[in-house]
Amino acid sequence: MVESEVVFRVKRYRPESGLNYIKDHVDPTLTFRWSCRMGICGSCGADVNGQPRLTCGTYIRDVHKGAVTVEPLSNFPILKDLVVDFDDFLNKLASVTPYIVRKDWGDLTKEYVQYPEDVEAYRQQSLCINCMLCYAACPVFGSSPEFVGPAASALALRYNRDTRDQGADARLARLNTKTGIWECTFVGECSVVCPKDVDPAAAIQTLKFLATMRHMRRLLMPGASSR
Amino acid sequence: MERTSFDIVVVGGGAAGLRAAIAAAESDPDLTIALVSKVYPMRSHTVSAEGGTAAVLRDYDSFELHALDTIKGSDFLADQDAVEFFVARCPEEIIRLEHWGCPWSRDEDGRVSQRAFGGMSVKRTVYAADKVGFHILHTLFQTSMKYDRIHRFDEYFVTSLIVDAGACTGVVALNLRGGSMVAIQGKATILATGGCGRVYEFTTNGFIKTGDGMALAYRAGVPLKDMEMVQFHPTCLPGTGILITEAARGEGGYLINKDGERYMQRYLPGKMELGPRDILSRAMVQEMKEGRAFEGPYGLYLGLDLRHLGAKKINERIPMVRELAEKYMGLDPVHEPIPVRPGQHYIMGGVSTNLKGETTLPGLYAVGETACVSINGANRLGSNSLSECLVFGAACGHAAVEFAKRRSTYPRGAAAREALKREEARVFDGLLGRERGKETVAGIRIEMQQLMERDVGIFREESALSDACGMLGKLRDRFASVGLADKDRVFNTELTAVLELDFMLDITMTIAHSARNRHESRGAHSRTDFPQRDDANYLKHTLAFQTDGPPRIDYVPVTITKWQPVERTY
Repeated sequence: MVESEVVFRVKRYRPESGLNYIKDHVDPTLTFRWSCRMGICGSCGADVNGQPRLTCGTYIRDVHKGAVTVEPLSNFPILKDLVVDFDDFLNKLASVTPYIVRKDWGDLTKEYVQYPEDVEAYRQQSLCINCMLCYAACPVFGSSPEFVGPAASALALRYNRDTRDQGADARLARLNTKTGIWECTFVGECSVVCPKDVDPAAAIQTLKFLATMRHMRRLLMPGASSR
Repeated sequence: MERTSFDIVVVGGGAAGLRAAIAAAESDPDLTIALVSKVYPMRSHTVSAEGGTAAVLRDYDSFELHALDTIKGSDFLADQDAVEFFVARCPEEIIRLEHWGCPWSRDEDGRVSQRAFGGMSVKRTVYAADKVGFHILHTLFQTSMKYDRIHRFDEYFVTSLIVDAGACTGVVALNLRGGSMVAIQGKATILATGGCGRVYEFTTNGFIKTGDGMALAYRAGVPLKDMEMVQFHPTCLPGTGILITEAARGEGGYLINKDGERYMQRYLPGKMELGPRDILSRAMVQEMKEGRAFEGPYGLYLGLDLRHLGAKKINERIPMVRELAEKYMGLDPVHEPIPVRPGQHYIMGGVSTNLKGETTLPGLYAVGETACVSINGANRLGSNSLSECLVFGAACGHAAVEFAKRRSTYPRGAAAREALKREEARVFDGLLGRERGKETVAGIRIEMQQLMERDVGIFREESALSDACGMLGKLRDRFASVGLADKDRVFNTELTAVLELDFMLDITMTIAHSARNRHESRGAHSRTDFPQRDDANYLKHTLAFQTDGPPRIDYVPVTITKWQPVERTY
């Protein structure tokens, strides 16, 4: 106990240093992922005092109330110490077709015209760093691991809102399945913990609306496809 | 049983590796590609690049001008054929990324925006606010998901190349989660593991930047080129080394000393804050030496003043600058200057390659910061490195495909089995078996980083460099008695730290010896004992070859096409 108090006093203003100090000077077997220490690579998520956070952006002075409890992100299989398995997310991400779909690509001499407001339409969702805090915070994912989840849904919306894309219909079809967006009960914790203000909860509600519209359109106008 | 034989093996999942993998996947639907990375690809350090990526896209600009800026920025050490090849292909790569969905910032007319950057004589730098690397990386990674034939090996740490009958036939890697070693065979292998900034104490680089690919090639007998050419970026946050993008100055930010003076007027009045990084970093050190720097808890620093830009422009063009300053310095750049000081940022040197990314070892390619083509010479211009990853990633991917197609059969298994056995013995029986003694991986790493910082930093001279060469040799000896506390095979990050330190000790030797042997000042290599550029003797690339002891240093000529070296003035 005495040792860890010293660690935290010495390093309290150096966000990334607490765990690294322990690894370098106290216990080299402590296992965690880390890299950029500037809140952009998304490696270092952990539950700190029960809240999912990027540890590099967590100041010990803000969470230091006696002991600081650091645990692996909830809802994921634990590989070792703070390291959890994200493969399931990468499969879910792949399932929402996270890239521009087009029939015809045009040549490489000029860009597609996109106005600043067109970029603004999908900018917020494009800021997702795949840190997985939203999945750790999501009670639905906790109880139904097959749920596509917040980040993958937000990224699906990101492409659906992109004027260059023609793959919206297939994405909505994917999200309109048993493991898709209807699992979400709008708890909203995902948006609370998101370090990049992606607001996946709002993205999912938007997708529910779009999926409903698509469904109605298909009922009323069989054969017509939405964009 | 997981597939372990591929046409192409790519090591590294950042911009260069992903671009190469996609190029290979697109060129032939029958090819199989392994993408091997010690981290999930979206964690790669490309993610931290901020300010932009260069390309000639407007009528006011030309390939000629982009080439000249790059060559002048390089202090005439760049190979001019490589630069010409590069500038001509930047536009198509930027537009390809645009077609793949990269959220480039746009002008009112809907075209991709361009901003000013250091050493670029016109607005040439394409950007997506100030998260350019992040957006490029995620766009490439997500686009790579289109291709089932790109088979990912996430969190596999490559420990060695497989060399069979004078050619590279794949890699041996430690599966971090499985805790086992595996041989991943390839007809062609591409190294794209990024830089080695973590050999320095104060760096903008992420913790994963340990020069793995450079060391892998070096150990296979491939020379490392121009390793003395290390870039120090002028604007890093004291304490953490977090980068504040050059775009902050591109958008109009000032550098000020403690008297509030825009001191660059005394060093580079023609360019002011938009000079090349080597010159700006040296000016900062000079200001510090002459007592005009601020002093804070993390030592001397200067001010990056953005107050006159206003909140709106800062939020729109460089939001991450504000986010980083608020989060990691506790101040708002709308109201206060940001404390900055120079820090290691990039290495111009790397695995010696030609335009196609080919090394001297058949079947082995290198690209991105890992490689030295060289378009960056003695000093890289900001926003040329992301473009380099894209242009040469594509070129290298295509070249590797051509090579793989000529090799009709997969590499024979015997060499792979032998390499696997050798690596298992070295890593598991050797390194992992070592008991903890008085040497620790953290202890030696910290000494190495401090030594590099002190003796092989922004300014260099003979006695410090010769000390560094000697001390690094001693650290290498002491490394032999580093022991491990963690004996677990599964996700043993103490073991990977030992493997990384082993690589970094090789890299530091090549940097220090290459620096010691270049008796001139050129670009980022600044010798106080040889302050002039010396074209008569040193208009040439350094090559460092591995031997049993210190590296053997050799030289090859610089390729000059049409820009004769002249004095570098701005």
